[in-house]
Amino acid sequence: MALEAVMQQGEAETAGSAARPVIEVENLSLTFETADAPVYALSEVNLTVNAGDFVSFIGPSGCGKTTLLRVIADLEHQTGGTISVNGVSPEEARRARAYGYVFQAPALYPWRTVERNVMLPLEIMGMTSAERQARAARYLDLVNLGGFEKKFPWQLSGGMQQRVSIARALSFEPDLLLMDEPFGALDEITRDHLNEQLLRLWERTGKTVVFVTHSIPEAVFLSSKIVVMSPRPGRIIDVIDCNLPADRTLDSRESNEFAEIAHRVREGLRAGHSYDD
Amino acid sequence: MTTEAIAGPSKSTPGLLSRAFAGRSGPLAVVCLAIFVLWYLGTVWLNAPLLIDRYEREGQDWSITGLAGDAMAMERPILPAPHQVVEELNKSILQRSVTSKRSLIYHAWVTLSSTLLGFAMGTLLGIVLAVGIVHVNTLDRSLLPWVIASQTIPILAIAPMVIVVLGNIGFTGLVPKALISMYLCFFPVTIGMVKGLRSPDPLQMDLMRTYSASKVQVFWQLRWPSSVPFLFASLKVAIAISLVGAIVGELPTGAQAGIGARLLVGSYYGQTVQIWAALLTAAAMAGMLVAAMGGIERLVLRRSGARP
Ligand SMILES: Nc1ncnc2c1ncn2[C@@H]1O[C@H](COP(=O)(O)OP(=O)(O)OP(=O)(O)O)[C@@H](O)[C@H]1O
Ligand SMILES: [Mg+2]
Repeated sequence: MALEAVMQQGEAETAGSAARPVIEVENLSLTFETADAPVYALSEVNLTVNAGDFVSFIGPSGCGKTTLLRVIADLEHQTGGTISVNGVSPEEARRARAYGYVFQAPALYPWRTVERNVMLPLEIMGMTSAERQARAARYLDLVNLGGFEKKFPWQLSGGMQQRVSIARALSFEPDLLLMDEPFGALDEITRDHLNEQLLRLWERTGKTVVFVTHSIPEAVFLSSKIVVMSPRPGRIIDVIDCNLPADRTLDSRESNEFAEIAHRVREGLRAGHSYDD
Repeated sequence: MTTEAIAGPSKSTPGLLSRAFAGRSGPLAVVCLAIFVLWYLGTVWLNAPLLIDRYEREGQDWSITGLAGDAMAMERPILPAPHQVVEELNKSILQRSVTSKRSLIYHAWVTLSSTLLGFAMGTLLGIVLAVGIVHVNTLDRSLLPWVIASQTIPILAIAPMVIVVLGNIGFTGLVPKALISMYLCFFPVTIGMVKGLRSPDPLQMDLMRTYSASKVQVFWQLRWPSSVPFLFASLKVAIAISLVGAIVGELPTGAQAGIGARLLVGSYYGQTVQIWAALLTAAAMAGMLVAAMGGIERLVLRRSGARP
């Protein structure tokens, strides 16, 4: 117990003192050329995510959160500005398998069992079969899906499928996690539980997490930094530092500190909306 | 009272009739029965003019019932009656050893072997072409139009020439027939597989991109498994036309062996009963081949987790 606390502190310190930027975004904008009118998805976005940060994007639907995450992941290319991931271009970072991505939809392969879906990245990265087995079991347990290894995706509920996709992204233990509304499809209790699990995982491993959510409490509970975005074209209207104590629990959500930050996020979202009309 | 008496027993077994009709066997039996009735009527109707001619030439008296009886027992009818065909099938399948040149099983086997060889070659060619078309942009634009154009050539009409030409340069027997089959059956495989290999949705492709998977990995882990249902749909078409190709390929071989040869010999000598027996054998073969494909499909799809 004591040892664990010491270790946690040590890791938190190294993460804090390093402050190595993992993602640097400058004047980034992205316009989709569609058949009728161009869609301005992102405009003049500036953002730095440091190693060990837990950064949440929050903003109205369609404001470009997914788009920004996809630019970081080199699944989309910006039309203006610059971005670097781990000091190199997103493409190089992707080739170096720098990140794990949880999509907004589960994107499981229907011909693979739950277990083999989780093993997919491990197979591609050439791990031994024993290692694959061990990791699949560990991360399926983490998302409370022990016992569902041999099921096929269609035999699972939507929320369970989403949890499989989370286990899949965690399984190869990337230093950077990009998560697009991973808990959007879950019930409140499962969501609480996974929030806690993710928080513990983050504290323990010092991963950098970029997290998209629509839930203010979730953002405040998990994040070290909350990025509030405005409606289209998505721009950043507020960046809120949010350093609740590291040993926070779900009950911390009742604290005054928590309420203050949540209030500020809400104000930011409101202000963003008034831009529009 | 009587109606009740009749209804009584059927009430005690209420499921029997309705069950037969609820399943597939009931409707199937009705269709078969209808075909038999129509066939017998057709036999009488089509053969009657010949018989009437003969009766009149011989100055014979004739009645409708006598005519019907004679129409179903002619040696070279225009349309043989079903029982004549069945008798011929019995004679040429059950009464002869399978190695005999007069056994339909022997001829069916000859046709089947070139069907299967042509099918295997056509499937392979079809898949290879599809893989090329999906992965190489220039092939997509240059090859696909040729693949489609290839099928506008009436291969059924020029197959005999192809066989004769190939025979002249030393290819005889199995291979030329299999080539005709291959030519016919690579097409549905190519079309189906191009669609199948392109069927993964963008998110599934993005996932592979985030792992920076190689093209080979994307192929085996994503494109190929997504294309399997498309492959089987194509294979069922391909195996049936492969059989057609084999039979057509046998027509000009100087009537040596095979279902096609039997059809040809039958038509030389006006042996309509023999032609029909060969036709029915071919139809049964096609049915069995397609059903076998369906069976393999169910097995494979069940193993890869398809919903039952
Ligand atoms: N491939 C595309 N082509 C054209 N327009 C696009 C494309 N992808 C996204 N958009 C547009 O860009 C805008 C931002 O989309 P994005 O998916 O980033 O929103 P979001 O913030 O993730 O919304 P949500 O919270 O609903 O997931 C939307 O208006 C969308 O219509
Ligand atoms: Mg989104």
